[in-house]
Amino acid sequence: MSAHTDTIDEFVASDYKYGFVTDIESESLEPGLNEDVVRFISAKKNEPEWLLEWRLKALRHFEKMESPTWPHVKYPPVDFQDISYYSAPKKKGDGPKSLDEVDPKLLETYEKLGVPLHERARLAGVAVDAVFDSESIGTTFKEDLASAGVIFCSISEAVQEHPELVKKYLGTVVPYTDNFYATLNSAVFSDGSFVYIPKGTRCPMELSTYFRINAANTGQFERTLIVAEESSHVSYLEGCTAPMRDENQLHAAVVELVALDNAEIKYSTVQNWYPGDEEGRGGIYNFVTKRGICKTNAKISWTQVETGSAITWKYPSVILQGDNSIGEFYSVALTNKAQQADTGTKMVHIGKNTRSTIVSKGISAGKGQNSYRGLVQVGKKAKNARNFSQCDSLLIGDKCGAHTFPYIEAKNPSASIEHEATTSKIGEDQIFYCNQRGLEPQDAVNMIVNGFCKEVFRELPMEFAVEAQKLLDVSLEGSVG
Amino acid sequence: MSSATTNETPPAPVEAFAQVEQAGGPLLPLRKAGLARFAERGYPTTNDEDWRFTSLKSLTDLPFLPTLEPLDQALGLADIAEITFGQHDVNRLVFVDGHFSSDLSVISEQTDGVTVTNLSSSLNGLENEIGSLSANDENPFIGLNDAFFTDGALIRIPANGRLSKLVHLVFISTANEAGQAAHIRNWIEAGANAQGTIIESHLSLGQAAASTNVVTETRVNAGANLEHIKFQDQSLNAIHLASLHSELSDDARYAFHSFALGARLSRNNLRMRLAKPGIECVLNGLYMTRANQLADHHMIVDHAAPHCDSHEYFNGILDDQSRGVFHGRIVVQPVAQKTDAKQTNKNLILSDNATANTKPQLEIYADDVKCTHGATIGEMDDDAIFYLRARGLDTKTARRMLMHGFAGEIVDRIQHDGIREELDELVWNRLEGEHHLD
Amino acid sequence: MLEIKNLQAGIENKPILKGIDLSVNAGEVHAIMGPNGSGKSTLASVLAGRDGYDVTGGEVLLQDDDLLDLAPEERAREGVFLAFQYPVEIPGVNSAYFLRSAVNEIRKHRGEEELDAMNFLKAVKAKMKELGLSEDFLKRPVNAGFSGGEKKRNEILQMAMLNPKLAVLDETDSGLDIDALRIVADGVNRLKGTDNAQVVITHYQRLLDYIVPDFVHVLYDGRIIKSGDKTLAHELEEKGYDWLIRDAA
Repeated sequence: MSAHTDTIDEFVASDYKYGFVTDIESESLEPGLNEDVVRFISAKKNEPEWLLEWRLKALRHFEKMESPTWPHVKYPPVDFQDISYYSAPKKKGDGPKSLDEVDPKLLETYEKLGVPLHERARLAGVAVDAVFDSESIGTTFKEDLASAGVIFCSISEAVQEHPELVKKYLGTVVPYTDNFYATLNSAVFSDGSFVYIPKGTRCPMELSTYFRINAANTGQFERTLIVAEESSHVSYLEGCTAPMRDENQLHAAVVELVALDNAEIKYSTVQNWYPGDEEGRGGIYNFVTKRGICKTNAKISWTQVETGSAITWKYPSVILQGDNSIGEFYSVALTNKAQQADTGTKMVHIGKNTRSTIVSKGISAGKGQNSYRGLVQVGKKAKNARNFSQCDSLLIGDKCGAHTFPYIEAKNPSASIEHEATTSKIGEDQIFYCNQRGLEPQDAVNMIVNGFCKEVFRELPMEFAVEAQKLLDVSLEGSVG
Repeated sequence: MSSATTNETPPAPVEAFAQVEQAGGPLLPLRKAGLARFAERGYPTTNDEDWRFTSLKSLTDLPFLPTLEPLDQALGLADIAEITFGQHDVNRLVFVDGHFSSDLSVISEQTDGVTVTNLSSSLNGLENEIGSLSANDENPFIGLNDAFFTDGALIRIPANGRLSKLVHLVFISTANEAGQAAHIRNWIEAGANAQGTIIESHLSLGQAAASTNVVTETRVNAGANLEHIKFQDQSLNAIHLASLHSELSDDARYAFHSFALGARLSRNNLRMRLAKPGIECVLNGLYMTRANQLADHHMIVDHAAPHCDSHEYFNGILDDQSRGVFHGRIVVQPVAQKTDAKQTNKNLILSDNATANTKPQLEIYADDVKCTHGATIGEMDDDAIFYLRARGLDTKTARRMLMHGFAGEIVDRIQHDGIREELDELVWNRLEGEHHLD
Repeated sequence: MLEIKNLQAGIENKPILKGIDLSVNAGEVHAIMGPNGSGKSTLASVLAGRDGYDVTGGEVLLQDDDLLDLAPEERAREGVFLAFQYPVEIPGVNSAYFLRSAVNEIRKHRGEEELDAMNFLKAVKAKMKELGLSEDFLKRPVNAGFSGGEKKRNEILQMAMLNPKLAVLDETDSGLDIDALRIVADGVNRLKGTDNAQVVITHYQRLLDYIVPDFVHVLYDGRIIKSGDKTLAHELEEKGYDWLIRDAA
């Protein structure tokens, strides 16, 4: 028992690689949330009147709301007046016209994170939008994408350049009244990505956004909107990191996906915000609303690898409105140290012959608490709707927890819904077997965990699957023997 | 998550309590505390996570008329001659609207220190026991029951003893005025290594929108083996609210079977506490609903000790506009290593307007455990139908056989042969009456 | 007995069987072999009438009656028995009840008297003994919780009880150890008669050491590309399928 436990303890005590701070002059708002703050953000971004009005409506609504208590996570109440709602690297004059003019320190930061933005070092075949605190600092491959008719830019830029598109779709999937954190986001969102794929277009490369929180005491409230016109296709990936700080920081994002008839959106996340330490000091509160809507024959697929954040609270969802539409959710969530995750999905079947698949793999180590929470809802008209859900939990060590909270509702007799869940631990016999074949205990654990997550990793774009696997290994470092 | 009522006026139970208070008695402190707990929370609403799919509007719209005195209904043995399980050789305790009827009851003399009687006949000494297993539950209907219960069964089997015959508890509602509410309280205790089988029937003779609120506390001591069958077949206007609190000790075996066939609205809260190692706990249920019925089973199985097994199997067959609700939570405490817990909920929906809601949950804080749950909602399995047809059975027979099998899975787990056979036939006959069978 | 002529079938517009011709006489045992995906199980499913397969051409005659027009249960009553590759678990349905219902449906169809519970039990228990199945088996639900070997033996028991004219065994050997295989094969051999026929579908030659076929057919890409006697099976065991596939291409 002891040898096993020792290595488990060791395993839990690994370091966060991305915890450095970039020393850069920032322009930050004083902490506090009020109408002036919202007006300031909107003015800073030179927004049209309708958008300011929308933000203000959200703020007024937010003031009447209470923070949700149903997630299976524990944390002290967040003081929303103690957060700065805007922070951006200080610009010289009008700000950089292109990536070449961006402060070298910022470029260096992304280089260190493994996301080079320089033309010569860019990741081949992947266009990147880099968001630093509240601002997008630049987007690569813009011209190449433009020639295919694809718009990929920060949402602030989209408000200026393509206001008709933003106005048409913003808030249509996640209305500003949706939930506590989505409403807050609607009032104060700063930046995020905007993607538009024209009709019949297959986006020629992977699109990706890299989110970095740097400044202290700030929240990041990004807003991403992806619109795939009829018969188009896009694969999008986001990555997230933050410095190690002792206090908690709030990240409350909203992502909206619109997949029109026959369109397909694949959205992948590798979330590695700073998780805090063993005692639960510091780390990001990751309270995110992600939702997509599918029209006829459309498909939305969410894949997430969640290894970071002190608290994760997110349910990437699909509204299957159109007939024959498909929703998928593939998730790996790892909680180590004192991390808590309450994550899952909602599949809302409205159209006929709609199908959804849920594969959730939760790994709990250290004192981590990992909950799957998912809703499968089949409406009256969703004839022949099909759902299959598989939720597996893996426990490493005896101080962690794994929980499963599915909600299933069916109102149609032709629906077929299957939900299965299992909980298991990494067996000493499994590790021994690997040891006996000459593998180090740590490698054995990594191998077993990676095997456990295989169904999800294979949904990620190739280069990110490798990244995700490495990330999981690092997050698990020092946990077994 | 507020559970307070939206009513401006205080809920009627508070006023009705005056009569209870006047009557006094050794349980008055319990009753007062119960009323206070109810008054604080009021009736649950669908904003309350535990009542999310079960609206109590059909109850809260009614006046609160607890049947503190027997209603004016003279029943004779002929009135209950035809009831289910009526032909078995049993000890039978019959309660009408929450009041014990010695005329209708048949109790042979008990030997070896076994007690089978009505609770109110021997309240003294029970004041520290009643409520001891249910007190920590926030369900406001328990507070209401504490305050208003009139009677119920008291069954004690001493260590190494056994029930010589089946004990059949029959609860009959004769209410013919909407809002009349019977409050029933049962206390069951099986001593170390004791054995027995208990059947609990809930029936209606009246057709009013009347309610039954029953709280049962069951203590199953070390090595005891108790089988408990609950058969609820009340009128389609009735409201049935039940709460079962069982505490199990070392190596105990407890099997609880719930058959929810009747009532406009039925709710069974099942709270199992597996307090010592080596326990085997089985919760097994079948709900068959039609018209606008709602059947809700809400259970928490708390594994608070290592090496225990728990299994929950609930099948639902839903027709017409009815709704089946299942909430099953398995909690595995940090100490409960080597837990083996399984939970399944399967639903067959027969009509376009029926709804199934299911929430099978696992909450696990120990690592060396085997826990699984599964839930399905759907039509009958096409592969199974084909298999039967490939053996020469026509589609209609195949469907009937599968439906019977679906219910039979649950019925088959009853250990008592006579009861199992009678229930099997009863369920089969009910299924034959389903208009969407074919 | 069985006459398959230019049978073409598929799923959702995807052709799988592309013209099968096969003639099986009473008293014969035919083995159908072929690599994975060649259409073996589809053939079995189409013969038994499983939903979801579209027959796009050809015909299947059982003693001159057109089989394809019949519902699955009518085919079963006419004497077609499919031993499933994956016997379906039917929780809650008692094995004895199920089997007696099936036996009596078929007896009724043949104009024979139905078996009462006593006579049925006598008959089934005798067969179970031959197959090494314990008696508690009858009390258990159909296939639910059975091991792979038990499921396959249950198929053979049903076959023995239903006494078909044409038995189609779909990969009955898969998942069996050598002892179970022997029991199953013995059961099949015992049923062999001059008035019935057997079609044994298998991926491996192994089973054919125990159930000796009169004819062996190789199915590939929806067609029978070679037929021969039992030596063909041995040849396949040694050389694999590639040489045949190359020849066919």
